[in-house]
Amino acid sequence: MTGKLRFLLNDREVALDQAGASDTLLDFLRIDRRMTGTKEGCAEGDCGACTVLVGRLTDAGLIYEPVNACIRFLVSCHGCHVVTVEHLRGPDGGLHPIQTAMVEHHGSQCGFCTPGFVMSLYGLWMGNPQADAAQVEVALQGNLCRCTGYEPIIKAALAAQSAGGQAMDALAVERDAVTARLRAIRQERVDLTRGADRAIIPADVDDLAALLLEHDKPTLIAGATDVGLWVTKFLRDISPAIFIGHLMKGVEVTDGEVKIGAGVTYTEAEPLIARHIPEALDYWQRIGGWQVRNMGTVGGNIANGSPIGDTPPLLIALGARIVLRKGDARREVDLQDYFIEYGKQDRGPGEFVESVIIPLPGDARIAAYKISKRRDSDISSVAVGISVTLDGDRIADARIAFGGMAATPKRAAGAEAALKGQPWGEAAFEAAARAIADDFTPLSDMRASADYRSAVAANLIRRFWLEQAGEGAGPVRLDYAVGA
Amino acid sequence: MKDDIEIKGLAHSDTQHDSAVKHVTGRAEYTDDLTEPHGLIHAYLGLSKCAHGRINRMDLDAVRAAPGVIDVLTADDIPGVNDVSPAGHKDDPIFADGEVKFWGQPVFAVIAETRDQARRAAARAQIDYDALPHALDPIAAREAEMGYVTDPLTLRRGDADRGLAAAPHRIKGRMGIGGQDHFYLEGQIAMAVPGEDEDVVINVSTQHPSEVQHMVAHVLGVPSHSVVVNVRRMGGGFGGKETQMNLFACVAALAAKKWNRAVKIRPDRDDDMSATGKRHDFVADYEVGFDDEGRILAVQGDWFARCGFSADLSGPVTDRALFHADNAYYYPDVRVSSHPMRTNTVSNTAFRGFGGPQGVIVAERMIEEIAYALGRDPLEIRKANLYENGQLTPYHQEVTDQILPQLFAELEASSDYAARRQAVLDWNAKGGVIRKGIALTPVKFGISFTATWYNQAGALIHIYNDGSIALNHGGTEMGQGLNTKVAQVVAEAFQCDISRIKITRTTTEKVPNTSATAASSGTDLNGMAALDAADQIKARLVEFVAERWQAPRDQVRFVPGHIMAGETAIPFDEVIGAAYMARIHLSAAGFYKTPEIHWDRATGKGRPFYYFAYGAAVSEVSVDTLTGEYVIERADILHDVGRSLNPAIDTGQIEGAFVQGTGWLTCEELWWNEKGELKTHAPSTYKIPLASDRPRIFNVKLADWSENSERTIKRSKAVGEPPFMLGISVFEAINMAVASVTDYREPARLDAPATPERVLMAVNRLRQ
Repeated sequence: MTGKLRFLLNDREVALDQAGASDTLLDFLRIDRRMTGTKEGCAEGDCGACTVLVGRLTDAGLIYEPVNACIRFLVSCHGCHVVTVEHLRGPDGGLHPIQTAMVEHHGSQCGFCTPGFVMSLYGLWMGNPQADAAQVEVALQGNLCRCTGYEPIIKAALAAQSAGGQAMDALAVERDAVTARLRAIRQERVDLTRGADRAIIPADVDDLAALLLEHDKPTLIAGATDVGLWVTKFLRDISPAIFIGHLMKGVEVTDGEVKIGAGVTYTEAEPLIARHIPEALDYWQRIGGWQVRNMGTVGGNIANGSPIGDTPPLLIALGARIVLRKGDARREVDLQDYFIEYGKQDRGPGEFVESVIIPLPGDARIAAYKISKRRDSDISSVAVGISVTLDGDRIADARIAFGGMAATPKRAAGAEAALKGQPWGEAAFEAAARAIADDFTPLSDMRASADYRSAVAANLIRRFWLEQAGEGAGPVRLDYAVGA
Repeated sequence: MKDDIEIKGLAHSDTQHDSAVKHVTGRAEYTDDLTEPHGLIHAYLGLSKCAHGRINRMDLDAVRAAPGVIDVLTADDIPGVNDVSPAGHKDDPIFADGEVKFWGQPVFAVIAETRDQARRAAARAQIDYDALPHALDPIAAREAEMGYVTDPLTLRRGDADRGLAAAPHRIKGRMGIGGQDHFYLEGQIAMAVPGEDEDVVINVSTQHPSEVQHMVAHVLGVPSHSVVVNVRRMGGGFGGKETQMNLFACVAALAAKKWNRAVKIRPDRDDDMSATGKRHDFVADYEVGFDDEGRILAVQGDWFARCGFSADLSGPVTDRALFHADNAYYYPDVRVSSHPMRTNTVSNTAFRGFGGPQGVIVAERMIEEIAYALGRDPLEIRKANLYENGQLTPYHQEVTDQILPQLFAELEASSDYAARRQAVLDWNAKGGVIRKGIALTPVKFGISFTATWYNQAGALIHIYNDGSIALNHGGTEMGQGLNTKVAQVVAEAFQCDISRIKITRTTTEKVPNTSATAASSGTDLNGMAALDAADQIKARLVEFVAERWQAPRDQVRFVPGHIMAGETAIPFDEVIGAAYMARIHLSAAGFYKTPEIHWDRATGKGRPFYYFAYGAAVSEVSVDTLTGEYVIERADILHDVGRSLNPAIDTGQIEGAFVQGTGWLTCEELWWNEKGELKTHAPSTYKIPLASDRPRIFNVKLADWSENSERTIKRSKAVGEPPFMLGISVFEAINMAVASVTDYREPARLDAPATPERVLMAVNRLRQ
């Protein structure tokens, strides 16, 4: 045992000698601290009733992000500022502007989801004071309300935006003081237990590499958006667990490539996508809800090997490589080769995903599509990344990678072959769409039937062509813009 | 005169929810937030992993040996009866005894020091089953001759066979209608605290405290007076806490009495969704006869419901499907029958609309069939078939309060329906990937419990000698603003500011023998009971003031903040203080029963409903014919709540119900695997609407000219359930967009929910 788990909880510092890897922030708040404003609705990061803000130090200074306390492990809060609904105050000590707006616009009915909504809206209000209705919807992708139909909540959010007051907010006023307090929490290895449940926070990535050589099969936890459920839903023993969410945050843009540290969250990567792969921005903003994007990491989405992760189809289409590290040794693997079969990846003992290298598309034509029962915050039934390069009027290269169609994220070999070398035109894409039936034998499950998966996968290739072909056929995709 | 004093919270005002500030600050207490008694222990259920089977061997040794475990409870540990059947069918065991009848059925409970320990221990059970054949859906159940869980019902008027035979046109069809999980954000929970003698106090998230009291007494084998049930508020109910919490309350009470410690039980969301009932799925076979003008001449239909393994409320739910099989339309000759099928699934239960939506949607399907057959706008067919006052429903109740023609006219104009429909037709005529649809659908919903005796309520008002008022009634607050509305009624009665009134938790100790807060009836019933209590106290105060301040009784009036004795205004506090000193009784129990209603199920005739609530919606959608995805472009709603007690709260109910109704018909899908395991049992797999799923333009208006023609509380109308069915307009619009791919030559005939998958498959089917 070395060190203590230290973080700020509202206006108090917490220092714990004991903590288990599987202790959740939500249980700590509700059971240990009797702070019951934060609610448990689902314990799997999907309803948002447990939303709290977590403030952390980044290169850009102290930032606060809404996260799901139910699947956020307590240990991962080391060195952070946890802000719960109990901390909200208005400038006069009364209701916070968000709370006032929610009351005035009748934004609560049963009230159980309300603290979570308040915290998500608080995060938005601080981070984007100019947010419009569409941005409010994005901020609320991870918050379910069963009573109101959301209309009054959106109105409240917009009213709070226009009320302003961010500079007077407690978190703004105390920013420097909190920054100093968080800096004082030293970043050296912390190794804690509760009973037999052990949690280790490496000091840095070299420390992580060393730890992985020492321990046999530890659980690596970055954003916990998957591992959280191993504990809350499957009651799995994850000890010893190594918490790496604070590591591998670097982003490098070099000639023709972007190198993203494995610990970069979806939210942190979003500006890169917006700048370099704008065709995929809409897709990117449909990964989980906002809370999940604030926690989940690109490296984690790859490393866990899921056949329905949202980033692999896009990244494989782009020709991404990953850097695997063991000790001081590193090797690069094409992402498509990393996924060997269901539950099996090309990652040996002691190895970890350190970074992802994404070749920039250049003049390739790019698309990323996701099909789900619900547009936002749903797991895809089918997802696809498409990259097509032209040589004059001919298709020089095509990379099409699907999720949800096989036991791993997988390229559509037949569809690609149908395109390569062909004239750029509908005939080639129709042939590619028809090839999908031979490329994949998908499963039927609660998300979609095999027939639908096959049909829609083929149609997504047709959609790509229609979008590329441009006008004439009318709009090809739905417009979700919020009306007046 | 004191009439110019401003007081807040009177009837018909936009008063905010009484707990709004507590909601937004996180200070509103739900059952899991209550301070726990010292020594509280936790119960957790062990659920079956077999859809139908005999329990061959149940080995709970590993459960008992798990860390922190105190003991387990099984059917053998129940001192009273092992049954929580709400309808007296004795078919709803707390713990399966010998045989399990659905995957997820509670088999035992484990009691441990912490919830985590109890939950982990429960997972260690080793139970072997001898599997028996199972049937999951109503059609499979029919083929397997599983029988009914409760008596079916047939409503008939005229001669449907003759009417159909004589009709110029006849169409037959079948429609699948999915169920729906309530997805209340606060899951099921109960905390029982043992007391002396046979006493036990239970805090529980319930819509029906009196039934919990009754069930716990039954299960413990003690009189009802030993059991106290409290509920301050629920984090949503929607019908899912009308009967489904009984089991949890009983387990907590059993354990509390057995170990003499406070016991809490709160299932994880997955277990909650696996072990508790949902909206009934139906398969409906319909046949409609009509003339060249689209006027319906005769209807015949059969509604097969997935009821689950036991009756629960399936009797009245399937009855109500038939009560609304006409929606808003007159069927000259009609015969409709329910088939409450026994299935090896969780026992389905109440859910907002209570079977009504599954009746209404079939009526709208028949309208659509007629419109497509005749090549007409479905709205024309709807108008041609609306009830006229004086016509009889299939249950022989006369319609006397029809307002839909006026609603339609106003909504058609405000939504610009005709021009927008033409624009949709023009858009679709161009072909293309994105197709549009638009539909205007009505709802006519009968208000009252069809179990006539349920239509009663009690209330209790105390005025303390400082002038503060404590208000209690038998209804429960689940977010619908019931407490606020009832307090507004009392504030209006006493002409006092609503801040003077404390709305206390619902408890069986204060108001006995209450009905479930359900059937949209909470305000109608409890508002009237509270008014009765207020009127009793007011009468005593009038008497007292007349005598003390020497004024004729007819000149004693309640005005804002004061009571007038002739021309003298006495502050309310002063009157109360004086009344106390004069030994005036400042407490009253009020009571109300809905007049004039009666229902004879045996003959299928009566007046089950006191009145009807009406509404209509126009929805426009865009559908992606490559993927089946869609977006609700716009929805316009005009809804009738009579003279609204609280327009802000009523509007919130309408918006919320509409979005919940669209969820039922679009993204919310229940999916079982072949073994009978529900695989959509958490929000990761069961998708309720998000903010981004609501209509891109959403206009909601109350029909502010409407007034209840019956003498309801302040001439208002019930609001909880009726607007749920306005979501059907979205479903109809999606059907239109799909049908456009073959130029409306035939209806799309989507089954519900219209998931993107169903939509794409329908597009592909039509195109073949």
